[in-house]
Amino acid sequence: MTAAVAKPVLARSSAHSIVEASPRTKAFAGALVILYALITILPLLWIVATAFKSQSDAIAYPPKVIFEPTLEGYVNLFTVRTRQTPDFIAKLPPPETWYDKLVRKHDMVIAGPSKVVPRFVNSLIIGFGSTFLAVFLGTLAAYAFSRFRIPLADDLLFFILSTRMMPPVAVAIPIYLMYRQLNLTDTRLGMILLYTAVNVSLAVWLLKGFIDEIPREYEEAALVDGYTRLQALRKVVLPQAVTGIAATAIFCLIFSWNEYAFAVLLTSGEAQTMPPFIPFIIGEGGQDWPAVAAATTLFVVPIVMFTVLLRKHLLRGITFGAVRK
Amino acid sequence: MAQIRIENLRKSFDQFTAVEGSTFTIDDGTFFALLGPSGCGKTTTLRMIAGLELPTEGKILLDGEDVTFHRAAARDIAFVFQLFALYPHMDVGQNIGFPLKCQGMARREIRERVQETARMLRIEHLLSSKTSKLSGGDRQRVALGRAMVRRPKAFLMDEPLGALDAEFRHLMCGELRDLHDRIKATTVYVTHDQLEAMSMADQIAIMNKGRVEQIGTPQEVYDRPASMFVADFIGSPPMNFLRFEGGLRSGDRAIKFHDTRLVVPEIREDRASAALALGIRPEHIRFSDAGSVRGEVFGAEYLGTTQIVTIDTAYGRVAARLPSSASVRVGETVGLEFNSVRLSLFDAGSGLAIRTAGEEGGRHG
Repeated sequence: MTAAVAKPVLARSSAHSIVEASPRTKAFAGALVILYALITILPLLWIVATAFKSQSDAIAYPPKVIFEPTLEGYVNLFTVRTRQTPDFIAKLPPPETWYDKLVRKHDMVIAGPSKVVPRFVNSLIIGFGSTFLAVFLGTLAAYAFSRFRIPLADDLLFFILSTRMMPPVAVAIPIYLMYRQLNLTDTRLGMILLYTAVNVSLAVWLLKGFIDEIPREYEEAALVDGYTRLQALRKVVLPQAVTGIAATAIFCLIFSWNEYAFAVLLTSGEAQTMPPFIPFIIGEGGQDWPAVAAATTLFVVPIVMFTVLLRKHLLRGITFGAVRK
Repeated sequence: MAQIRIENLRKSFDQFTAVEGSTFTIDDGTFFALLGPSGCGKTTTLRMIAGLELPTEGKILLDGEDVTFHRAAARDIAFVFQLFALYPHMDVGQNIGFPLKCQGMARREIRERVQETARMLRIEHLLSSKTSKLSGGDRQRVALGRAMVRRPKAFLMDEPLGALDAEFRHLMCGELRDLHDRIKATTVYVTHDQLEAMSMADQIAIMNKGRVEQIGTPQEVYDRPASMFVADFIGSPPMNFLRFEGGLRSGDRAIKFHDTRLVVPEIREDRASAALALGIRPEHIRFSDAGSVRGEVFGAEYLGTTQIVTIDTAYGRVAARLPSSASVRVGETVGLEFNSVRLSLFDAGSGLAIRTAGEEGGRHG
């Protein structure tokens, strides 16, 4: 109460408040943020726009900002097409759908669906599957490290962290050989296990920090009140760790969603994810930039959605511990 | 409700021994305070009774049943934490009902019990508030409610008023004691604040370095401290100690204190010549020209009805509690007279009290 009374007095009496930034500082900070936003968002907008360009517009010089939008890029992304002679196309029955029509303009016919949908599904299953596993295992391990007296706890934690100290490529060959022996190459299970293994170390360290911040008294109160450890963890600790779990999940998902090197090495067909698939699109029928841009746009959507959904938690999660009420 | 018995309880963490072989019984319905400075092992003792910590040695009996290694959940004891530990993701009603939900009680019955408990604590109007919006005192009440709602065998409280400001703490002390008188539950109350312990408890156990130094009623521990530690810890300002060398004989009614003779309560044990300490509470000192111990006034602290006057004597600095009307000048030389029936004697080496008639006299009073 006294603070509330004292504050305005303080603000008036001192020219240089350490709490409130001056308008000039604020404007400068705002400009910086806008500049940064432009730098990061512009390429993304360019990709989204390119997906709606025709192939010639996409490579036009100088680059076209205003153009006639077309869905060719998306159609090309989702279909496999074959080039035919104009005579052959003329003999065909009239096109049944808008995308048939669009393709025939370029003397092509649709031969079937492309592999983008199964690849996308692979990405979803592997990305979310490994994220779930990493966060699940990470939470349990972090809880144990945070609450119990574990022999060699510090060494174990260091060991867990050490798995992230080398570039992944360093272990690529051994993992490739191991996976071949275990018949895990080009399987979704293999990729989920691999990404989980990489992410779990991050998850343990991040979550341990969050769980350390939750006073033990909460669970102890639940224990005394008749709950078991696991019940106390589920009903008392987890609801309070939601922020940390959300932040961790986003970091894990971003890693496994974007991972390229291992995906190229270990998948080729069945379990191929989007990152190694997208470059392949370029090769099919000339440099089809609009199709690549379409694939990239779709690829970005889930992670943006996930992040936006958990945005509130993420923001609190990243600043957690810094500001504690 | 239950009787709690602690037998030879010991707890060590690696090299450090937190609790060393304490044995005591807390009778059914007693408000029992565990009092001591921080790090004395009082909280560890409490946590062992609750089952949150397992003892290294010893036994804990609840109504005669050995529960030493029972899970906390199996002991039917409620615990109130210093930080209240109210779940931030639940409202007040859900917090209070949480222990009942675990027992699989029907939702309607839970609601009734929560209502009843809230009425008892006068927090009915808060049942659907968020815990983060509550004041310190209301949080305390909700924490108590969560402990009471289950009607446990005993309440364990770990400095429950420690997080409140001084004024409010006084109010809650009264409320807690009142609540205890109404529900008559065995309560073990851990605190480092002697005033809290003195004002609320039926029995106080004073702990030091993992050991229980003395157990008794507030009057007993104040008037007849079992050791210099207790005498020093209880009372504000603490008891004065004047050191001297000498021997004691059972039946003596006076001691040779340096060059003078001091009348003391009849001594009940023999002592060979050793380092001793004379213990005098500040309120048992009067200024008197005839006083055998003389000193120079060092300062005075005005407290309203009384004042604390510190006097430098040849045997150390002494604090005296005098009526605030007494006129005291800093620097003047005064004689001190002690209320001889209230003097205590200690073995300065071991710190333990020497048996005198004063103990019996006190018991009648």
